[in-house]
Amino acid sequence: MFRYLALRALSLGLSLVVASWVIFAMIELVPGDPASFMLGLNAEPDTVAALREELGLSGSAPTRYLNWVSGMVTGDFGRSYTYRVEVSELVWERMQVSLPLALFALILSTTIAIPVGMLAASRRGGIADYGIMGATQLGIAVPNFWFAMLLVLIFSIQLRWFSAGGFPGWDQGFWPGVKALTLPAVALALPQASILSRVMRSSLLEVLHQDYIRTARAKGLSMGQATRRHALRNALIPVLTILGLQFSFLLAGAIIIENVFFLPGLGRLIFQAITQRDLIVVESVVMLLVFAVILVTFLVDLAYALVDPRLRRRP
Amino acid sequence: MTRLPPQLWLGAALTAVFLAAALLSFLWVPHDPNALNIAAKLRAPSTTHWLGTDHFGRDLVSMLMVGARTSMAVALIAVGIGIGIGVPLGLAAAARRGSWLDELIMRGNDLIFAFPSLVIAILITAIFGPSATNAILAIGIFNIPVFARVARGSALTIWTQDFILAARVAGKGAARINVEHILPNITNLLIVQGTIQFSLGILAEAGLSYVGLGAQPPTPSWGRMLADAQTMIYTEPRLAMVPGLTIVLMVLGLNLMGDGLRDMLDPRLRRLREGAA
Amino acid sequence: MIEIRDLSLTIHGTPILRDVDLSIASGQVVGLVGESGSGKSLTALALMDLLPHGSKAGGQILIDDTPLPTQAAEGHDRAMCKIRGNRISMIFQEPMTALNPVKTIGEQVAETLILHGAATRKDALRIASEKLTRVGLSPDRFPLDRYPHELSGGQRQRVCIAQAIALHPDLLIADEPTTALDVTTQAQILDLLRELVAEEEMGLLLITHDLAVVAGMADQVAVMKAGEIVEQGPTEGLFRTMSHPYTRQLLSASEHQPDRVDRAQDIPLLEVRKAIRDYPLPRTRLFEPRPQFRAVNGVSFHLNKGESLGLVGESGCGKSTLTRAILGLEPLQGGDTRLNGKTVGPDMDPARRSGMQVVFQDPYASFNPRWTVERIVSEPYHLTGRPENWRDHVADALSDVGLTEEAMHRYPHEFSGGQRQRIAIARALILEPELIVLDEAVSALDVSVRAQILDLLADLQRRKGLGFLFISHDLSVVRNITDRVLVMRAGEIVEEGPTETVFANPTHPYTKSLIDAAPVIPPDWKENPYGTALV
Repeated sequence: MFRYLALRALSLGLSLVVASWVIFAMIELVPGDPASFMLGLNAEPDTVAALREELGLSGSAPTRYLNWVSGMVTGDFGRSYTYRVEVSELVWERMQVSLPLALFALILSTTIAIPVGMLAASRRGGIADYGIMGATQLGIAVPNFWFAMLLVLIFSIQLRWFSAGGFPGWDQGFWPGVKALTLPAVALALPQASILSRVMRSSLLEVLHQDYIRTARAKGLSMGQATRRHALRNALIPVLTILGLQFSFLLAGAIIIENVFFLPGLGRLIFQAITQRDLIVVESVVMLLVFAVILVTFLVDLAYALVDPRLRRRP
Repeated sequence: MTRLPPQLWLGAALTAVFLAAALLSFLWVPHDPNALNIAAKLRAPSTTHWLGTDHFGRDLVSMLMVGARTSMAVALIAVGIGIGIGVPLGLAAAARRGSWLDELIMRGNDLIFAFPSLVIAILITAIFGPSATNAILAIGIFNIPVFARVARGSALTIWTQDFILAARVAGKGAARINVEHILPNITNLLIVQGTIQFSLGILAEAGLSYVGLGAQPPTPSWGRMLADAQTMIYTEPRLAMVPGLTIVLMVLGLNLMGDGLRDMLDPRLRRLREGAA
Repeated sequence: MIEIRDLSLTIHGTPILRDVDLSIASGQVVGLVGESGSGKSLTALALMDLLPHGSKAGGQILIDDTPLPTQAAEGHDRAMCKIRGNRISMIFQEPMTALNPVKTIGEQVAETLILHGAATRKDALRIASEKLTRVGLSPDRFPLDRYPHELSGGQRQRVCIAQAIALHPDLLIADEPTTALDVTTQAQILDLLRELVAEEEMGLLLITHDLAVVAGMADQVAVMKAGEIVEQGPTEGLFRTMSHPYTRQLLSASEHQPDRVDRAQDIPLLEVRKAIRDYPLPRTRLFEPRPQFRAVNGVSFHLNKGESLGLVGESGCGKSTLTRAILGLEPLQGGDTRLNGKTVGPDMDPARRSGMQVVFQDPYASFNPRWTVERIVSEPYHLTGRPENWRDHVADALSDVGLTEEAMHRYPHEFSGGQRQRIAIARALILEPELIVLDEAVSALDVSVRAQILDLLADLQRRKGLGFLFISHDLSVVRNITDRVLVMRAGEIVEEGPTETVFANPTHPYTKSLIDAAPVIPPDWKENPYGTALV
């Protein structure tokens, strides 16, 4: 198991390094000089040069890359041009919205999808199955930001249960924060839960046709017992794969949903940074998002090893 | 041919309607979708404006028709990029299973998967500025590893079959085997995956243009119609409902068609797989 | 005592079984023999009430005169759950997939005990350990926390047996329990089953396609054909009388010896000299060269023109690897192979490659399902270029294998297994090669179809003077169709000689063990009262 995880970690670490090259190279390609952009058209060349120095924009590309990477490793992400604060501070603040939102949505979608998928599989061809398949088909087709608008229309404007947007901050207490994230999380979770329940259903149906389920039945297990004790864990293996991929969709979705609900998260940060050419922020946030996706991929690999003994090796 | 699955009919019909509307928009639309007419703003649906007008007095039906064009073109070209680059890569990886080439292609896939398509779009926009082309590139790049994986995975099971050995005994090389034996046997899967990615592309395009990273004004797009409608959702929910439901129906049609195709095409694949067992 | 009375079965309205009567006493082995599709496995599943969806069973099954709940009865599945694994257990054909890959073998055996309330978890694990020891997996070598993927096929089948006998069932059903196993493993598993029947005083319903297995194991035999039992009785009596023509036909097909004419010349066609084939294994340590596995280790032999040479070995002995090297698909790491004196290898020219062709085991996986027969059979023309009248050649090749021209425009799935194997032979014949490699070419076929294919091969050899390299794990097939035989084990040829000599007087202990392990029907059972063989 250690060997397998070490190999995966190595490979993902390599991905991370290559990803940092890609991001750095792309930011290098961005036309226009941030320093001149910030100081306006009439700035003196000397002032621009001084600002470039201050922003760490002078020097050769490899030097700047190394500075950037070594800075990030030590937690120094540089300074934002526009906000005039440390990027790390900015990111830390915004992450307190984005990360709970993504996790909230992930938990919602998993806790809904797995039982629903199981139900559909166990009632295959029945009314419940058709109902669930129809509902999930619809759930997949709904754009999450539009669904978010509908939620606002119903629950904020008509029923007035939730506020239509904004975030009070965690210092206002836990529940107000959770309340503010509920509608965004539901909007994010719906399409993902629909996909996941379909995957769960088909994976379980496939496992139920395996020989070892027949063996379990021959031992005297009822269909329900065989499903719970033998099918479920095997069926979770493909579900894990999808779950890992979904995290990346959730992150992307969160960026959009934050715009619907005016949430001060990483997504809003990155859009503001783009319009203002605050490239150091764009660069750092993108790197952070990629790091998060790769980290989740590794966690999924870890989960594989826990679920599937074939990936573990005896010492 | 056995009876076609009902969802295939429904899905194909929905898709055909949207495709027809998109194609028709080249020749004829009820009104100019970009013509501002403040006097006729926020009209309710009527015989002249079937779905009413927006806050600038633009005709919604016309905007939807031209928007369908943008939406489908973006998604379709993105699927084309995915198939055109991903499938050859996947086939090459499968043909040289376990080699450095396979390893390189698969790690490259992992790398792209680490960049959510929105992040790719953000990076591209940072360089070139927002446009529909960016949306195509961002979604297309994300499609590459999807198709590479599907192609590799299904090609691998076919490579283990005896008819491939027979072809090799007949002196055929990997390239010819890929074209004559592998590709025809994975086409079904690619078609099904293609419809799925097409529908995901429609959703992604809507999302990108909603946040302003996709098609720019004056090109009408469904995502931007929603962005415009958001500020008026209190007073004019119709402006958000109409394009939203349009997207839902379009995506639903494609997904139903994909499911139907899978149901129709799968028995033969299943037989092939059973044959291997 | 288990009794089946008037068992009938339809699946989605199609009749599958009719009037099946069978009784199995404790301590008795009943063999149920039939070809594929005869309904023998479904009979077992009907006993277990584990039939596929859409099945309707009729008739009665009694354990010690108590009828089992019928399909229609309220809560019958709950009642059957108490019986399955407890009073009736079952083991299946494919040990590789019969165990849950994510649970330990100890857990899986103990589950039977815990489920039926026979033991607490702690006791169940102790009993599981005893049972596993009994079936030959003692905990010092196979701890309870092993997972199925860490065991071989034979060992997994032992785990299946352990969980099936954990609760001393009245009846054990074994559905082709050894078909997927090598011949020596098969002998061990059959021995184990025989011992367990005596010890546990249980009945054993042994389902198989192999008459010889039944002859060595069963007290009673029932022969099944198209969903009906055509003949049943005490084993020896049944074999001696063979009153039903179908039984006679099965036996004669299983021992079928094609008419062969020796056309072997003393000119070597294929020569293999000190062939070595290494495979790289996965890296165990970073930055060290990958370890190598030597699949073929210094193999030398030759095959003369018009000769039929057998290559026998168990799975994993390297015969498939050797085959691929002989066909010039993979390079050798040492030694060489020559066809008509010219070196064979991955980069040989097409003309040389066209001198040999191959027929594979699986008639389903041998063809691209999207190609017509015409295109399939003409595929080898890639090597030589297609002549003008290639369609005539395809038609000729098809007629050589007993198929009509009309087959040319059809697709493989429209043909039966035997017909497909004929198509595969036609494809091998189209270039008129001198050597055909038959890689387990009849192993997947039912005995009666197999007999026909063997006749066809013998006939083709007689007419065309073909050289055959006959690769198989099945000794009886090799014995009936080859002039000489090679015995391969762990990458090496351990014995070589004229087929009859090797089979009559094996010199290598491994050959001996192979021949001893192969089940046989006692020769005197096959004699009728007049002293002449029936077949």
